[in-house]
Amino acid sequence: MVDYKKPLPAIHEETRPFWEKAKKHELWLQKCRDCGKFRFYPRSICPNCFSYNTEWSRVSGRGKIYSFTVSNRPPLQAFQKDVPYCLALVDLEEGVRMMTNIVECQWEDLKIDMPVEVVFEDVTPLISLPKFRPTPVI
Amino acid sequence: MGTLTKKAAIVGVAESDCGIVPDKSQMELIAQATSRALNDAGLKKSDIDGLCCSGIFGLATMEVGEYLNIQPRFTDATHAGGASFEMHVQHAAAAIAAGICHTVLICYAATTYSDRKRGVFLTALNEPTSSMAQFEMPYGGWLTGSYALAAQRHMYQYGTTSEQLAEIAVATRKWASLNPLAMMRTPITIADVIHSPMICSPLHLLDCCLVTDAGGAIIVTSAERARNLRHPPAWILGCGESHSHMGISSMPDLTCTSAKISGEAAFKMAGLTAKDIDVAELYDCFTITVLLQLEDLGFCRKGEGGFFVTGQTTAPGGKFPMNTNGGGLSFTHSGMYGIFLLIEAVRQLRGTCGERQVPGARVVLCNGIGVALSSSSTVILGRD
Ligand SMILES: [Zn+2]
Repeated sequence: MVDYKKPLPAIHEETRPFWEKAKKHELWLQKCRDCGKFRFYPRSICPNCFSYNTEWSRVSGRGKIYSFTVSNRPPLQAFQKDVPYCLALVDLEEGVRMMTNIVECQWEDLKIDMPVEVVFEDVTPLISLPKFRPTPVI
Repeated sequence: MGTLTKKAAIVGVAESDCGIVPDKSQMELIAQATSRALNDAGLKKSDIDGLCCSGIFGLATMEVGEYLNIQPRFTDATHAGGASFEMHVQHAAAAIAAGICHTVLICYAATTYSDRKRGVFLTALNEPTSSMAQFEMPYGGWLTGSYALAAQRHMYQYGTTSEQLAEIAVATRKWASLNPLAMMRTPITIADVIHSPMICSPLHLLDCCLVTDAGGAIIVTSAERARNLRHPPAWILGCGESHSHMGISSMPDLTCTSAKISGEAAFKMAGLTAKDIDVAELYDCFTITVLLQLEDLGFCRKGEGGFFVTGQTTAPGGKFPMNTNGGGLSFTHSGMYGIFLLIEAVRQLRGTCGERQVPGARVVLCNGIGVALSSSSTVILGRD
């Protein structure tokens, strides 16, 4: 995987716990101990109440699609072999929104509000990207 | 809150060579636009004592100041993407009203089309260091994708259709066909837009702006000076600015932009309402961008943008003249389009737009939008 050419996060201290847990295929978010709100992306201060009193907690990985697009043009050459790919915003149960890719899905089945769940893609020895797939109907 | 109404005016405007300009650098285009804008105003470089610029490059004002040999008393490199230049107008008017300077040059250029041909890419994007970028770029997040996400959401919430978005592209092309400088002048139909290649669903190729080389410059000066120059002043009646996020995943509601804040501020300062606007120049990097601004600026209600533009409302002869130079969709777009909104607005107020002149244009609204629907800035201009 040394030839992975797509952009990779330049991890820093604020975001390191997120990426370390992702490597273990776990989704963890920061939660403010004062106002109780989850936040994303990770940052040391609560953007809601400005408290530094923060904990990390493992979350369900379940959410629903807020919006999506199927991209036929690569933003960078490195994405050329991926097109068409689905870029999406997913609202997690915990009330935060993140950008991701929807995988394991036929593009014509994509719908806003579709329930999705996290899966992890190991893209390098250090980085696993959380992506989402439609929640299997039980 | 203080007011800047009629404290300053735009007195000179010009584009550089626009379109495909492979033989000129960004700085050459800035110099060319500036020298033309000074000629247009009937002013000299030595009259300039304020400088505002912004660009993809880093230390914009100092680079431009050095190249043009300008040492300003007032300097502002506010960078909010394509919305930067309407912000610069507000900042320039405020500085002039405060007596900090008399005459401000606002300028910009980029050789985006030719840079691509030359293989110049933004390689720094390969390892995103900011928190925002490190949670978007690994997924192939990019500007077109961001606007497509907004379009998809607007369609879902309000039933907006691809045909309605196409109305904007078709009307804008009609205006471009009346602008000799426009890059794309051949008329198109709604079917042409819908059958053009899908770039990022639901946005087709013809829902997206051009990629060109282009620059522009405008000269803002005090009320006293403005009255004695070559052209009647384009008075700054009201301004507003805001931003709500950087990356699209942090946008609170994909169907509402900060044009709501910037527009309200500008209308309030000007003492005007949406009904008073004769011509609108709205940032059109994508058709959806225009639709959201029409709603957020109050030209129609939220969710009704699609109905508003149906039936070529915004085309030449329509009841809402908009993007009369052909816009970023059909005239030119080198990356940060906002300065061209102002240039066209001033010409409409002067009545010098030839075939595309809107009869009796007395009040024109310009609205810039930057980055991923992140920033908005509004300037309302009027003539005596
Ligand atoms: Zn908090």
